[in-house]
Amino acid sequence: MEAVLKIPAHARPRRSRLVPGLLIAAALGFLLLFLVLPLAAVFVEALRKGLGTYVAAVVHPEAIAAIKLTLLVAAIAVPLNTVFGVAAAWAMTRFDFRGKALLGALIDLPFSVSPVVSGLIYVLLFGAQGWFGPWLQAHDIKLIFAVPGLVLATVFVTLPFVARELIPLMQSQGSDEEEAARVLGASGWQIFFRVTLPNIRWALLYGVLLCNARAMGEFGAVSVVSGHIRGLTNTLPLHVEILYNDYNYAGAFAVASLLAFLALLTLGLKTFLEWRYGAELAARAPRGH
Amino acid sequence: MSRRVLPGFGLSLGYTLAYLGLIVFLPLAALLVKASGMGLDGLWTTLSAPPVLAALRLSFGAALLSAFVNAVVGLLVAWVLVRYSFPGRRLFDALVDLPFALPTAVAGIALTALYAPKGWIGEWLAPLGIKVAFTPLGVLVAMIFVGFPFVVRTVQPVLESLDRDIEEAATTLGASRLQTFMRVLLPLLLPALLTGFALALARAVGEYGSVIFIAGNIPMKSEILPLVIVKQLEQFNYAGAAAVGVVMLALSFLLLLAISLLQRWSRRWAER
Repeated sequence: MEAVLKIPAHARPRRSRLVPGLLIAAALGFLLLFLVLPLAAVFVEALRKGLGTYVAAVVHPEAIAAIKLTLLVAAIAVPLNTVFGVAAAWAMTRFDFRGKALLGALIDLPFSVSPVVSGLIYVLLFGAQGWFGPWLQAHDIKLIFAVPGLVLATVFVTLPFVARELIPLMQSQGSDEEEAARVLGASGWQIFFRVTLPNIRWALLYGVLLCNARAMGEFGAVSVVSGHIRGLTNTLPLHVEILYNDYNYAGAFAVASLLAFLALLTLGLKTFLEWRYGAELAARAPRGH
Repeated sequence: MSRRVLPGFGLSLGYTLAYLGLIVFLPLAALLVKASGMGLDGLWTTLSAPPVLAALRLSFGAALLSAFVNAVVGLLVAWVLVRYSFPGRRLFDALVDLPFALPTAVAGIALTALYAPKGWIGEWLAPLGIKVAFTPLGVLVAMIFVGFPFVVRTVQPVLESLDRDIEEAATTLGASRLQTFMRVLLPLLLPALLTGFALALARAVGEYGSVIFIAGNIPMKSEILPLVIVKQLEQFNYAGAAAVGVVMLALSFLLLLAISLLQRWSRRWAER
């Protein structure tokens, strides 16, 4: 281009390699210092007192109980929010109705509420002094400081993940294929399982992946509703806190390394899905969570 | 009714509304009712207590500052990832989302291990008289960590879609690199940049897990607003917790509104 235009040398901007080099160095320096170093710290601190201490912390009965509880909570919360996400996306993208924008905002709301507030609202609803507190006590039902409270808080915090992956995708795909299936005589469920689901499966998996990572790693919201009863209402992140506050740093980091490993696995799978099925996830909103 | 060719409207919308009503609406209503039960005087008494005011100032101040840092650094990282090729670029790109994926409690203890006076980074800063862990600076560091991906992920797609012709045009017309950036690129990136800023701000204001370990939680000094709620709950002061919770919720609503307006703006901007 410059050759064609014959811009005189003095008018041509000097394109040194120095500026890109400096910018790359600054960006990578920040990423290394702020992201890689904390991640490395988790694994190094976990192994500081040797592999024996590490294994002992991970197979400790309280740690095993925390792992089981974390899996249980995720196994309830993630399917609930997956079904909700599909239903919400179907309603939002296949039909027109009033108040759609408001509904969309309401679905997104849990992302912008502080985790502590997310836990607080359930304490105010089901806690001893809450709306349903007296009734629950009279019937000897315990939700707060018990497993159901952990599930509720986790459901709230992870509610938007699947819906927010599916809504923009299904919006951009349109409903032509489904309408064609309808005209050909397919029932509603046939349309969903044979036409819609194959079109959205990778985005659905992507949403479930992120939903699961957050469900297993949530701290603030479950911390408020848990009551921290060891072996009973402690999820993995809460167990990390307890060990840490007991000055058992090696144990805390050992348990934390399990969660860090889960995070790396999630990032790896997420990157793989983006790389392999990028086109089928394409309509994803460019937003974090 | 020609629009409703497909079945399942009643079922899917009904389920969505019932679920949202139970999980989101009812609990939020409980918070609002509890707080309004205190009356304006009661609210004011709780909120104007010096430790609460100090926490409000710290949470907001540090969150604003962290969002600002993340806007600058996020723009830089997005630029480098989109415009330059270097070994490991894809790996670093994937790594940007780490703060989203890493549980906050893990981030919290890891950052504390790094920045404590005898930590990996802390021991280098201590001789310089810089204390990070257990001070407001530690709060800032944790907030920068958790809010980091937002600006990168909002700016990146816009930067990718920009036509390089406009920069070349600016250059041919004699603009310097800095002029091209300030006058041509920055205005185009501004809506995305502000959206990322607002998202990072919203996240930082409400953040709990990664902050409380590094903050040291010294009342009046390094105590954040979500921790005030937790402490009120530990003292069974539900009304006090609700009062602070309502303020935080109102902040979330305001930021959510700002974000949706910004996104509408960026969409209009993109269509021009």
